[in-house]
Amino acid sequence: MRRYVYPLLTALALIAAWWLAVRYTHTKIFPSPLDVVRGLGKLAEKKLLWAYIGDSLFRALTGYLIAVLLGVPTGIALGWWSALARATNPLIQMLRPISPLAWMPLAVIWFGVSNVAPIFLIFLASFFPVVLATMNGVRNVPPMYLQAGRNFGLTTPRLLTRVVLPAILPATLVGLRIAFGVAWLVLVAAEMIAVDSGLGYLIIDARNAGKRYDLVVGGMLLIGTIGLLLDWLIRRTEKLPMVKWGFRE
Amino acid sequence: MKVQFRNVNMSFASTRVLEDVDLDVREGELVCILGPSGCGKSTLLNIVGGFLQPTSGSVTIDGEPVTGPDPRRIFVFQERGVFPWLTVEGNIGFGLHKLSEAEQQKRIAHYVNLVGLRGFEKSYPRELSGGMKQRLEVARALAVDPDVLYLDEPFGALDSITRLQMRRELLRIWQAEKKTILFVTHDIEESVQLADRVVVMSTRPARIRRVVEIDIPHPRDLSSARYIELRDSIFAEIGLAHQV
Repeated sequence: MRRYVYPLLTALALIAAWWLAVRYTHTKIFPSPLDVVRGLGKLAEKKLLWAYIGDSLFRALTGYLIAVLLGVPTGIALGWWSALARATNPLIQMLRPISPLAWMPLAVIWFGVSNVAPIFLIFLASFFPVVLATMNGVRNVPPMYLQAGRNFGLTTPRLLTRVVLPAILPATLVGLRIAFGVAWLVLVAAEMIAVDSGLGYLIIDARNAGKRYDLVVGGMLLIGTIGLLLDWLIRRTEKLPMVKWGFRE
Repeated sequence: MKVQFRNVNMSFASTRVLEDVDLDVREGELVCILGPSGCGKSTLLNIVGGFLQPTSGSVTIDGEPVTGPDPRRIFVFQERGVFPWLTVEGNIGFGLHKLSEAEQQKRIAHYVNLVGLRGFEKSYPRELSGGMKQRLEVARALAVDPDVLYLDEPFGALDSITRLQMRRELLRIWQAEKKTILFVTHDIEESVQLADRVVVMSTRPARIRRVVEIDIPHPRDLSSARYIELRDSIFAEIGLAHQV
């Protein structure tokens, strides 16, 4: 019970402070909590809100899942064959610090104004964290697990699927969680440029078309809340028996 | 002879670890390799296990040279070697993928019983005590029906009471399953309690100082004159007066 009571109290206190601040400064620009709820309510009536949330989730999940499907095998390969890692490491270290947003002009040229451009940016943002977490996971597999696997007669492909993959799952899961955070972060920025729907678009459109700061703040809060929920969902998987051993109780 | 070491030498870079090791192990024998920590006895076990190539010399089993790890000879680590992502059943069944489902179930049930883990079939290693994990690892090794077991200080991480129980368990299992066992330890008492023969190694580079025949039938009386005599002769061999 306490787990929920304290965070809830903090949130209520902040909302109260926000409301008081708006009230006593007589600001004409910054919306009160009630303005935000009303604005989002109107948007929901027009069915636009759900469409935006749906579009954003679709883009984030698609880009992210492609990154996971390609990144985990890439990470395993790089962790297992050190020559491959040595050959590609400079390239990875050079590409990694480039913000995915820097790819935006290129993404627009390549994919036009469509869903593909933001999906591509989200893929870029989440791919490297997934690869690096998986690669480090493989390198940190205790040698005696590999030795035991070999001793029981496993060939390399079977060793990878029956020993390495389950052994790296907890470390990989941590990487997947970090990567999702980055993906969600990049999504909003991506949607401000290349598309005309989604939560990022909602924010930029509300400001450009009539300075609707109630919707700007509303969009921000929605992005934060959905991010929180998705992170909580990923954390729940840490309790599954095949990975639980890798996390502290 | 089951296992034969002939003039086995091992160096890592410029460090000599093993020097001219010559040893014969009979079928069904329990041999303890005894030496101080870091002397190279684990290296010897890794060589016979096929995980390391000796710098020179040869190791043969049933007359065939050892070229790599082999499911007919299973290496048992301290209890950390069990797979934490598999249940007790999953661990014991790990090496059985070539057998039919029915045969797998039969073997798993047999070895769960043999090592006293009945009721824990669906448990994960984190839910087991250190001694139970060690028994699980022994069961995983035995399930593939190897003819030799290599045990590398298997009870080193257990408390002293559990360690005594585990020795008794190991002797019971050894007598029931008739395996050849090479057992590496730095514990003199342990070696005299378990072994048919104790191979006493020197400090690095490890040579065989002496091979001591333990001619006391099991179960061994640890206060018998012969036990104490053999134990003290090994203490003396290693250069320790038996006094604290």
